[in-house]
Amino acid sequence: MTTTPLPGTDPAPPLLRVRDLAMTFPGRRRSAPVRAVDGVGFDLAAGETLGLVGESGCGKSTTGRMIVRLLEPTAGSVEYDGRPIAHLPQRALKPLRREIQMVFQDPHSSLNPRQRVARIIADPLLVQGSPATEARGRALELMELVGLIPEHADRFPHEFSGGQAQRIGIARALATGPRLVVADEPVSALDVSVQAQIVNLMERLQEELGLSYLFIAHDLSVVKRVCDRVAVMYLGRIVEIGAKDRVYGAPAHPYTRALLSAVPLPDPAAERARERITLLGDPPSPAAPPPGCTFHPRCPKARAICRAEAPALRPLAPGEPREVACHFPEQD
Amino acid sequence: MAEPSPLLTVRNLGVAFRTPRGPVRAVDSLSFDVPHGRTLGIVGESGSGKSVTSLAVMGLHTGAEVTGSVALEGRELVGLSEPELNRLRGRRMAMIFQDPLSSLHPYYTVGEQIAEHHRVHFGSRRSAARARAIEALAEVGIPEPKRRAGEHPHQFSGGMRQRVMIAMALVCEPDLLIADEPTTALDVTVQAQILDLLARLQQERRLSIVMITHDLGVVARVAHEVLVMYGGRAAEQAPVDALFATPAHPYTRGLLDSLPRLDDPDDVPLRAIPGTPPSLLEPAPGCAFAPRCARAAAGTAGERERCATERPAPGGPEDHTAACHFASFPATAAHEGTAT
Repeated sequence: MTTTPLPGTDPAPPLLRVRDLAMTFPGRRRSAPVRAVDGVGFDLAAGETLGLVGESGCGKSTTGRMIVRLLEPTAGSVEYDGRPIAHLPQRALKPLRREIQMVFQDPHSSLNPRQRVARIIADPLLVQGSPATEARGRALELMELVGLIPEHADRFPHEFSGGQAQRIGIARALATGPRLVVADEPVSALDVSVQAQIVNLMERLQEELGLSYLFIAHDLSVVKRVCDRVAVMYLGRIVEIGAKDRVYGAPAHPYTRALLSAVPLPDPAAERARERITLLGDPPSPAAPPPGCTFHPRCPKARAICRAEAPALRPLAPGEPREVACHFPEQD
Repeated sequence: MAEPSPLLTVRNLGVAFRTPRGPVRAVDSLSFDVPHGRTLGIVGESGSGKSVTSLAVMGLHTGAEVTGSVALEGRELVGLSEPELNRLRGRRMAMIFQDPLSSLHPYYTVGEQIAEHHRVHFGSRRSAARARAIEALAEVGIPEPKRRAGEHPHQFSGGMRQRVMIAMALVCEPDLLIADEPTTALDVTVQAQILDLLARLQQERRLSIVMITHDLGVVARVAHEVLVMYGGRAAEQAPVDALFATPAHPYTRGLLDSLPRLDDPDDVPLRAIPGTPPSLLEPAPGCAFAPRCARAAAGTAGERERCATERPAPGGPEDHTAACHFASFPATAAHEGTAT
């Protein structure tokens, strides 16, 4: 299982290869352990953007945190550039930190309020052992790169707006020259008019620097905008993964269909004309996942087999690089 | 189908706060109507004054200076005493918020909290109020309402909690519901359920709704009329179709252009609005949007000067108004929307 590449990806080894990744958090007090991520696998090619979408509690952020190794997975493998990294000990992670960086959701709470901007951006370089003056010079370059004014290098984070603070967070992530950036909801805390600035910035940086993004978000419109491929998660598992055009254009999993149809379109006429699939109920708790297909209690198509047997993620059709975990996928 | 008079009439509303860094006019010269049985969507970014407006309508600003007029079916609310407001709040108008957990008391059961509203406003007996609370929970689609009425807020999911808030807001059958980002904290599939619920309740009760949101998709889905706010003032007001089809204010156009959309091709770069929302501490003398405005930037030196120094008043044909010196209405400049 760990050696077979997923279909539809490049024959060259991907930059990131994730297989059977799982994270179980121990339950607090008497509550049951939480299987936040339960067997996630995907590839990410160099220069590619993979979107990880899903609702709260689906495990998308936990997946991202395991890949940057803020968390150690309880099972499964992560290979970065051919090297296994899932269980590296802390001291062996330092060189990896140059390569894989993270951008967080809340720009202000992820910046040290007592440090000046240049120091914040230079921090990863100082950790990696760069001399202070060199690190500061690089920080000023990075400020320019992300559209900040280098003259503001000695200001504090609170003097910046949300969009500017996110630019600082991005500059810091780029300081060590990473090849992979895990961005966890990088625009969802920002004002609508500012979101587009950050999306455009991330796209430009990807082009200029050849970055790969794992783009984690709940906003399906933003993900459609920035990603090449999309993985839809539900309750710790990927239920559908494939090229963006296919997943958005002809969603095969009933959950993907419902999710897409729930997004309100900024177009009143289209909204009225639209056929909407309204799901019943709430996403279940990952501490007590339903048996069989975990989506079955909310699924309009559920039958007996769905309640008994969890569907595996498999190609929708022979030769189609899209995989779906459903007993009765939609065939378009 | 024209209503004789709107339920809520707001005229020239101003809300000012005193802060250590100087006075802040959070809302200025704002006027709008909410007719019976209709939904007004108020859209704006952080600091646009949309939430401050809703709190001012409810009379919930104790520390602020509120000027202008807020009239509920002809009755002036600005300047009413607390006891008078208390009789109206919850009874004639009610409010729901983004985070239901922080608006619910953690110690009391949801049934008790809903019943209390009914008892306060109608002087009903405990048993009658409790029965009414259970009915209210059933009406908002909570399964097993009798059992769940005896549970505490933490036992409900986010979507169910918002339903509880709606049940509480509507148990006294108010005419006006102010919903401040009611679905922002919810997942999209749950958001869809709550929006459906509000639409159903509006139809059943001829409820007037003020929906405050930053999400233009939500507005397109639920609103009949839309008010776009920027820097504490009205930027544009229009029926929902007109606003989305022929936005007259450069800010509205900019917002719509900058949105990534599910139904659009995504090979064209997003047209972002440059800059950031304005600070209310140092308001510009002219149009608050001028520093970020594509129309102003493309104008002549004289036009730019006008935008920077002269504050535009809302104007336009009948029900579609925009506060812009160079607003482009369909009749006058049908193609300008694509030109900028």
